[in-house]
Amino acid sequence: MNQKTRHPGLNLGPKHQSADDQAETEVFGFWVFMMSDAILFGLLMATYVVMRPNTNGGPGPQELFELKSIFIETMLLLTSSVAIGFSHLALKHEPRPVKMVLWLLVAMALALGFVGFEVHDFLKMFSEGGTPQRSGFLSAFFALVPLHGLHVTFSCLWAVAILGQMLVYGLDDRVKLSMVRLAVLWHFLDIVWIGIFSIVYIGGLA
Amino acid sequence: MPPTVPKRRAWLRVGALAAVWAAAGKAQAESFLDPAGPVAAAQVTHLRIILIIMAIVVIPVFAATPWLIRRYRYGRPKGDYRPDWSFSTLFEWLAWGVPVIVVLILAVYLWGRTHSLDPYNPVPGAAGKPLVVDVVGYDWKWLFIYPEEGVASVGELAFPASRPLELHLTSDTVMQSFLIPRLGSQIYAMKGMRTKLNLAADSPGTFEGRNTQYNGEGFYTQTFKARAMSDAAFSHWVSKAKASGLPFDGKARDAVEAKSNKVELARKLDQPTGQPILFSTAPSAMFDEIAGLKETAQ
Amino acid sequence: MNTWSDVWGFPFGRLTWDALPVMDIFKADGRTELLSGITGTAAAGMAVLGFVLVVILITVKGWWRPLWSEWLTSVDHKKIGIMYIVFSFVMLARALAEAFVMRSQQVVGHDGGGIVMPEHFAQLFTTHGTIMIFFMAMPFLTGMINFAMPLQIGARDVAFPVLNSVSLMLTIAGGVILMVSLVLEPFSTGGWTGYPPYTELSYNPGAGPDYWIWAVTLSSVGSTFTGLNFAVTIYKKRCPGMTLMRMPLFTWTSLCTSILMIFAMPPLTIATALLALDRYMGFHFFTNGGGGNMMNYANLFWLFGHPEVYILILPAFGIWSEVFATFSGKTLYGYTALVIATMAIAVLSFTVWVHHFFTMGQSANLNAAFGIATMLIGVPTGVKIYDWMLTMYRGRVRISVPMLYAIAFLFLFTIGGLSGILLANPTIDYQTHNTLFLVAHFHNMLIPGLLYGMIAGYTMWFPKAFGFRLDERWGYRAAWCWIIGFMGAFFPLYVLGLMGMPRRMSGYFTGEWLPWTIIALGGAAVILAGFLSLIVQLWVSVRDRKRLAVPVGDPWDGRSLEWGLPAPAPEWNFPALPRVEGRDAFATLKASGRDLGPPEDGFEDIWLPKNAAFGPVIGALGTALAFTLTWHMWWAVLPLAALVPLVIIAQGFRRNTEKRIPAEEVRKEWRAFRELAARTPRVPRSSEYTRDNRGHAIPMAQEAAR
Repeated sequence: MNQKTRHPGLNLGPKHQSADDQAETEVFGFWVFMMSDAILFGLLMATYVVMRPNTNGGPGPQELFELKSIFIETMLLLTSSVAIGFSHLALKHEPRPVKMVLWLLVAMALALGFVGFEVHDFLKMFSEGGTPQRSGFLSAFFALVPLHGLHVTFSCLWAVAILGQMLVYGLDDRVKLSMVRLAVLWHFLDIVWIGIFSIVYIGGLA
Repeated sequence: MPPTVPKRRAWLRVGALAAVWAAAGKAQAESFLDPAGPVAAAQVTHLRIILIIMAIVVIPVFAATPWLIRRYRYGRPKGDYRPDWSFSTLFEWLAWGVPVIVVLILAVYLWGRTHSLDPYNPVPGAAGKPLVVDVVGYDWKWLFIYPEEGVASVGELAFPASRPLELHLTSDTVMQSFLIPRLGSQIYAMKGMRTKLNLAADSPGTFEGRNTQYNGEGFYTQTFKARAMSDAAFSHWVSKAKASGLPFDGKARDAVEAKSNKVELARKLDQPTGQPILFSTAPSAMFDEIAGLKETAQ
Repeated sequence: MNTWSDVWGFPFGRLTWDALPVMDIFKADGRTELLSGITGTAAAGMAVLGFVLVVILITVKGWWRPLWSEWLTSVDHKKIGIMYIVFSFVMLARALAEAFVMRSQQVVGHDGGGIVMPEHFAQLFTTHGTIMIFFMAMPFLTGMINFAMPLQIGARDVAFPVLNSVSLMLTIAGGVILMVSLVLEPFSTGGWTGYPPYTELSYNPGAGPDYWIWAVTLSSVGSTFTGLNFAVTIYKKRCPGMTLMRMPLFTWTSLCTSILMIFAMPPLTIATALLALDRYMGFHFFTNGGGGNMMNYANLFWLFGHPEVYILILPAFGIWSEVFATFSGKTLYGYTALVIATMAIAVLSFTVWVHHFFTMGQSANLNAAFGIATMLIGVPTGVKIYDWMLTMYRGRVRISVPMLYAIAFLFLFTIGGLSGILLANPTIDYQTHNTLFLVAHFHNMLIPGLLYGMIAGYTMWFPKAFGFRLDERWGYRAAWCWIIGFMGAFFPLYVLGLMGMPRRMSGYFTGEWLPWTIIALGGAAVILAGFLSLIVQLWVSVRDRKRLAVPVGDPWDGRSLEWGLPAPAPEWNFPALPRVEGRDAFATLKASGRDLGPPEDGFEDIWLPKNAAFGPVIGALGTALAFTLTWHMWWAVLPLAALVPLVIIAQGFRRNTEKRIPAEEVRKEWRAFRELAARTPRVPRSSEYTRDNRGHAIPMAQEAAR
């Protein structure tokens, strides 16, 4: 395949010719899937905005949200996105997958840290009476934010599966393509988090 | 506005006559094509005008299709055969232009009518101070509260024909839809919300009203009579409700809230069935509470 | 008592003997209740009997192994398409029977009473609508696109063959849940739209709405994947020379439908998921009180629901474009205009959803804006109608079976469009909303628009799938039954709607409505006869398959690539990916006396995806999860839910997922096909419906020139 028809922005290295051929379809398909997922998150954000005033006499954003913890979460997630970027670059430029794996592990650790802080936040909200059953506002919050957290958790699970495949098959085409798609998902979840940060937290406190 | 009534009614009965067992004595269909108020009358006019305008785009299809099939049929073709002919500037202009113009005309008309017949606005051309009635939907009956008169009823919406109606609606259960076809528009009633509907009747008469939104097994029995009366008859109706109606107390409220249709409710309250149930008090605060207007309920 | 089995719902959750419809007979108190119980038991009995008979048939014939290895695990787009259509026929049979029972109830149920209780009636209209939309129309069109679209663009398969199988199996899983609900009652009574708060726990604590939620969720997830798959296929898998503006119109409409699926299915998934959170975990999205608001549901549902009707109708529009061109012996009129119109409809479909609830009390400005947007869709739709008429102009029109449907469609769809314009006016909608006028309108769009289109497509592409035509005599009978039956069943509903009869009425006391409901019942009976004619047609055609065989593969003088292949089409579709030089690719080849092969660079090995059990396994897990969730069998829900990611991870470990078809084998098969074609005489269109039509057509243009 010549350079011209390559999928733009794919970042597979020159040694990954056969993976590049398949990537044309597969990565494009994954982008389309992300688009559908983006609509899912967008609708949940819209639902949150609509239901934000329906606190039903229960605790509101002022009582429940704690910016310090949210700031730490944001930093963890953004840094993990940088790490997955390095992992992706290593896939393109390094002949051996050592760096790629190391950066992937760093990204996972940061993402799991994010999830840990988030769970801690939720538990704290529960203890303050902020359960999803309390009000329409909290229902909307707990449909949106944990769904993102679940996505992050499953991304880590996917990363583990990819590492498992590498143990069995080495760095074959399937693994490379999975890595490319995982990176897309990882950055996508970052963007969604920025949306959540702005709309749910900043918008909620404003 | 009575002119076209007989003709239209006759048209509606064509089917009825076809079947012998649709005998006299059964309830008659209540259609907005037989309007009894300015809103329904305007809706019929609107319907007619759209049908006439739409004929511009519909008739060509009905006329030309048989002609095309006949003229170009494979068996005995008459017209020429141009297998690669696939474009004509003239036809293209017609195919796009005519629908665009028709939709433009219809759009202007739609905009005006939607605003003038907005159910939240007073009925255009209807004189007199509107009678305010608060309507609560239950499973499976409607409660009509007259805050100014201080009475309430189930199964009958009485009002003076000389005054337009201003209905405020809510529901104490699932979503319902309120419609009196011969008077005009329908509107949803939802818990925690208040919707509005303005109607008017041309002259005294009795009209069928109902819920049109499925809400359970008693749905099909959720009907009521809208009765437009003379002023004297309406004052009489109010005083009758005051004198002999039940008080709307806790017991009555529990009975109304329970799942039952108006007949079952009458039995429960030891009232004669087949007649409206009248209440001598108006639970206005309850309406505000159900409609989520607590701040005004104090 | 909080025993272990109470908490974990072991073993049967909240499922009790009362779920069996036969219990209604024992508990019956009064004539209607008894009849209702019998109707329900008979329906459940038929479902069980049908299932048992199929199992026995497969066992006796020894078909289990081929069923598994050649069909269920197949990822061949043609076979998946066929399975979709078989599934939709089964569901169509059930939903039609339900429609017939409902029509009967409205005849005998005046003055109350009748043959089904109101609750039972409500289940009927809910399952009828849910099935017809999600499990009849969607699978039918998905199957049609699956079968024909990759052939039309010169591809070997869709972009993601295994995902395709997953979509199919998720759809079937939803259908299985619906079938199970026939035996283990009740299903939801909330209509196909499932509006809360009626479907919330406080008003409907039973299993019904949960069945509905999971069945629809399975189907919507499946459809999202389908849309993604088709869109990527059309963008990335077109053969050399097949530029976008050379694609057949059916492929164009498939593309638009796929894009709509990608964007419109998520709102449905969200709506059902939030309703599930309300019901299962006590959230407050759409509840009365607690800060819930059902208006959000109406917006989410119709944000899906309106594009959905164009998801349904656009593929049929594509089929009509193929039918009018093929059976007029002429190229399609106004290709570019049709493409623009299709795209315009797809875009506009997202701008009109409020017209489903003009009566919710929003401002006149909003209603008027959405009303005008709705009427705007009439413009591109009108252009399409005119373009199809102009396709017949200066052609040679053959009233074949698909064309009979097409002509009926032109007339009936125009009437439906007229009623649509009426309903687009909020002023009129304030009267006709929630009445049978509305019911008549959308059936008028979906039966002549979508279903006729699907049956026409089924008739047209059947020979490509199985190698023989469908018997035409029974085809005409079925068509006339569908046309007359439709008019009989639904025109009276327009009248009833104008006479103020609401939809979803199990009983009424208005004598004037009765004659019209009787006519409608008669129409429904004729429609039923139409469906039975289709079944008889299938049986007769299989029996007479020798007489009807069209091995050369071009029985209708077709215009797009698929007609250049043998019938049935080989597993690998094309011996080599074709090179396309213009629109109507195969018609162009025929005009210059050429065919699809042999390939210029010689034959090469073909790589095809191997069968995969992944789809059926996911489908089975989906069914089991939906069932255990519905009946609160928590002990089973958790391990099943954990299995899903494990199965997906295991699938990721699969390697060697392709099989090789040797070049020699392809060459042999293709050569045999070309020799057969050379031996088979070409026939003029007058012999189309005769034994002489072996699928080798004289192009209409050459025939006319003689």
